[in-house]
Amino acid sequence: MSTILILEQVLNGLQFGIMLFLMAAGLTLIFGVMGLINLAHGSLYMVGAFAAAAVAGATGSFLLALAAALAAAAVAGAIIEIVVIRRLYRAAHLDQVLATFALILIFSEGTRWVFGSFPLFLDVPSYLSGPVTLPGGIQYPLYRLALIAVGLAVAVFLWWLTARTRIGIQIRAGENDREMIAALGVDISRLYTLVFALGAALAGLAGALVGAIQSVQVGMGEPVLILAFVVIVIGGIGSIKGAFIGAVLVGLTDTLGGIFLPELFKLFMEPGAATQTGSALASMAVYILMSLVLIWRPTGLFGARA
Amino acid sequence: MKRLLALSTAIALGASGAMADTKIGMITTLSGGGAGLGIDVRDGFMLAIAQAGRDDVEVVIEDDQRKPDIAVQLADKMIQSEKVDIMTGIIWSNLAMAVVPSAVNQGVFYLSPNAGPSALAGKGCHENYFNVAWQNDNLHEAAGAYANGTGYENSFILAPNYPAGKDALTGYKRFFEGEIANEIYTQLGQTDYAAEIAQIRASGADSVFFFLPGGMGISFLKQYADSGVDLPVVGPAFSFDQGILQAVGGAALGVVNTSQWSKDIDNATNAAFVESFAAEYGRLPSLYASQGFDTANLILSALDKASADDAGAFRDALRAADFDSTRGDFAFGPNNHPVQTIYAREVIQEGDVFTNKTLGVALANHSDAYAGNCNM
Amino acid sequence: MIAERWINWIVLLGFVVLPLWALFADEPFTITLATRAVILALAAVGLNIALGIGGLVSLGHAVFFGLGGYAMGILAHHAQTYAPLELGPLVIEGTKSMPIIWVTALVTSALAALVIGLLSLRTTGVYFIMITLAFGQMFFFFSISWSAYGGEDGLSIYVRNDFPGLNTLQPIQFFGLCLAVLCLALGIHSRLRTSPFGLALNAARQAPERVETVGLNPMRLKLLAFVISGALTGLSGALFADLNRFVSPTMFSWQLSGELIVLIIIGGVGRLMGPVIGAALFVALEHLLGGLTEFWLVWLGVILLLIVLFARGGIIGILTGKAGPNV
Repeated sequence: MSTILILEQVLNGLQFGIMLFLMAAGLTLIFGVMGLINLAHGSLYMVGAFAAAAVAGATGSFLLALAAALAAAAVAGAIIEIVVIRRLYRAAHLDQVLATFALILIFSEGTRWVFGSFPLFLDVPSYLSGPVTLPGGIQYPLYRLALIAVGLAVAVFLWWLTARTRIGIQIRAGENDREMIAALGVDISRLYTLVFALGAALAGLAGALVGAIQSVQVGMGEPVLILAFVVIVIGGIGSIKGAFIGAVLVGLTDTLGGIFLPELFKLFMEPGAATQTGSALASMAVYILMSLVLIWRPTGLFGARA
Repeated sequence: MKRLLALSTAIALGASGAMADTKIGMITTLSGGGAGLGIDVRDGFMLAIAQAGRDDVEVVIEDDQRKPDIAVQLADKMIQSEKVDIMTGIIWSNLAMAVVPSAVNQGVFYLSPNAGPSALAGKGCHENYFNVAWQNDNLHEAAGAYANGTGYENSFILAPNYPAGKDALTGYKRFFEGEIANEIYTQLGQTDYAAEIAQIRASGADSVFFFLPGGMGISFLKQYADSGVDLPVVGPAFSFDQGILQAVGGAALGVVNTSQWSKDIDNATNAAFVESFAAEYGRLPSLYASQGFDTANLILSALDKASADDAGAFRDALRAADFDSTRGDFAFGPNNHPVQTIYAREVIQEGDVFTNKTLGVALANHSDAYAGNCNM
Repeated sequence: MIAERWINWIVLLGFVVLPLWALFADEPFTITLATRAVILALAAVGLNIALGIGGLVSLGHAVFFGLGGYAMGILAHHAQTYAPLELGPLVIEGTKSMPIIWVTALVTSALAALVIGLLSLRTTGVYFIMITLAFGQMFFFFSISWSAYGGEDGLSIYVRNDFPGLNTLQPIQFFGLCLAVLCLALGIHSRLRTSPFGLALNAARQAPERVETVGLNPMRLKLLAFVISGALTGLSGALFADLNRFVSPTMFSWQLSGELIVLIIIGGVGRLMGPVIGAALFVALEHLLGGLTEFWLVWLGVILLLIVLFARGGIIGILTGKAGPNV
């Protein structure tokens, strides 16, 4: 295997990690501020992708589609928060799991009711399609480079938001002591709705961006939801920095595991069996990584609260 | 309860008036992921039943949610409570493996409109089990044969790491005479193929064969088209059916895929089927719809000759396959699996619609590799 | 408002009367549905020991359910093909005997629960939920790609296994067997709750420090609860496989772990009969709503949501007017 190929695969792993970060950032933000386990986060991702596909189909503009995805997911998030989630902040984790599990059913089948059972079309815009040649001769799709750029921009934006703005101060204060900031006159329920809508919008953005190179279909949110949970648990729940590092770790493990494990087994097994065994192990790799991290540090890499 | 009754009679087409003589139970996937395939099979099947205009056939339809345990439970219901004579409808091999062996052992006829696992074609074959679609390996074998005919000498092949994926690669290799540059098993449900595409680029292969059904295929094709790798791709029709093609868009244009059916196969039955399906449901039929349609017509043709209560005569009537198939010629081999022609098709654009055009025959009068193991 | 004890007896009575009615009305499918409810209830009763008494929210109990299922599948498969299972020097004959299969299921899942518990119990709260989910996913992906036993296709067992003195092919007899096992499990659960162990476990959930000061190890208490819980769920997996005469990786799926939790919450967390009521209601909804509309999952979601929002303490909570169990 050539060095170029290995470098390209590392880039692929990074890129996959950054896609996961877009999804995980909203999840960890919502958990950190409100202590809520939101299984329906994957549904918001799907809402974003479907909104983008519908708008792109009608207008032909990718930017409008992205705007629609952000708006649709944020609105859906705000509605969920006001109608359902608000009543559950004081409830046990168990009730939150059930309620958001119910929301998955409603969103998934509701989307199928509206859009039908067949996948929708969403494509990379022409100005971002095709490969570019990177230094070293790696041919890499431009769109994937754009994804990396957006992911990094979101990371910087979130850092700025939490560290440098008034809302950020409220968010951080809310994480530590709800009663205190309510006493200081901050409208806590408005803050929560805002944070939830922001997290939802990030999921919607991820759905639309990823939808352009994947399949826009009902249930697309669930596999990525599980991975996003793995990411935030590895990073430590509530920590944006943890989510970023966790996402990159998971992305690299998944991508490189899928390539190198079968090769590794080929050293001492016959090729067909090695490919199967290696692939089986690769599909378990991120979960093995997560349990190792948790056994080593029970609250994740950067987590404070359990 | 009233609504429930109203609905079940609505489904039981033609049940009003005379008592139905023949009861058909259809278990298929109508909700959740993969519902599109089940809906196509059901619509094709019911179109044929409606066109026959018979009032002695009742169809009971149930949704398996793509869960094997639910499918088994529904099969119990159909056999124990509904007392159906014939069952059909299952889309997925793993669900078929859960339902079919026990159903046919209880004396029910099962006609598969989609899945054809190798176990049921070989040692596990049964006189009451008929496959109206294909044995699972068939379309992959045809892809291998097509690759030979086109002069490919070195293929990169990939499929998900589950039994149907292994069958697919085995099927391709059974017929493909060139080298295999690399053989990769991806994760079931995987959505990102950047790593695999990079391996394809570096492999030095001259062609790519892939079996990635449903959303996996959509993701792969879009990412492949965007990667700048320009090796020719072949695959079975499952990633190129009418329901999926619109979602893949231009990324699939020009890709060659193998199928036992295409909407432009030139015969009167097929032309009438395509036209009436589009008129009835407002969309073009897929190969799944054609399989549902053929299954229903096969059953109706056998019922014309014998009652389903007379198992021996009905079985012989089914085996004769004396019906007009949308695929043209259709016959059963010794293991009750099809002997049929498999075509190579190319994805083209007609106006706004992406669809397939038949290029030619990939494998003529093709049977399957397991028939020899079947002792019926 | 009705006392919880009365509800419990009424539900159990229902599980006796309904199948008997179905037997005389010649509705064998109703018996099959009732059997499914009983087996799912057993799985959830198992989970309820960890979740209800011990406060351990496990989103990975499908591991034990699946292990029980595969214990049945593998043993019966080897009996069916007359090929013994060879593990190196160890040669195990397959079997179609339910008692042997059950013991295997109990032991395998208890061992798995011991290992998973040892590793997972280092974490708490959401981390515990997620690490148990991770173990579930490992087993799921492993079983999909493990071709020796069918991979995703699963394993079909053509004839239901035997139980001495019974004809398990008769739906009503198999149902009776499952109901007896469920009653036994409920008995264990009920004894556990009031036993010194149960009280200590409950205390360990609410105030671990105090338990420690009286010289008990809360970690060990929780681990024991997790093992008993896993073993019971494993047993239910073996029965479930026998009901369907089929095992497949879906028994390991995270959705199944989620459904078991849902069953408990619908019925009422920590209640003796919570899982039973939850399972009965869930199977009934699945069956009735599924007949009404293709989009029945939407309505299932709405009903679940209403239960969480307006019926704290689940169905038993509504009926008794008390949101939590008396402990």
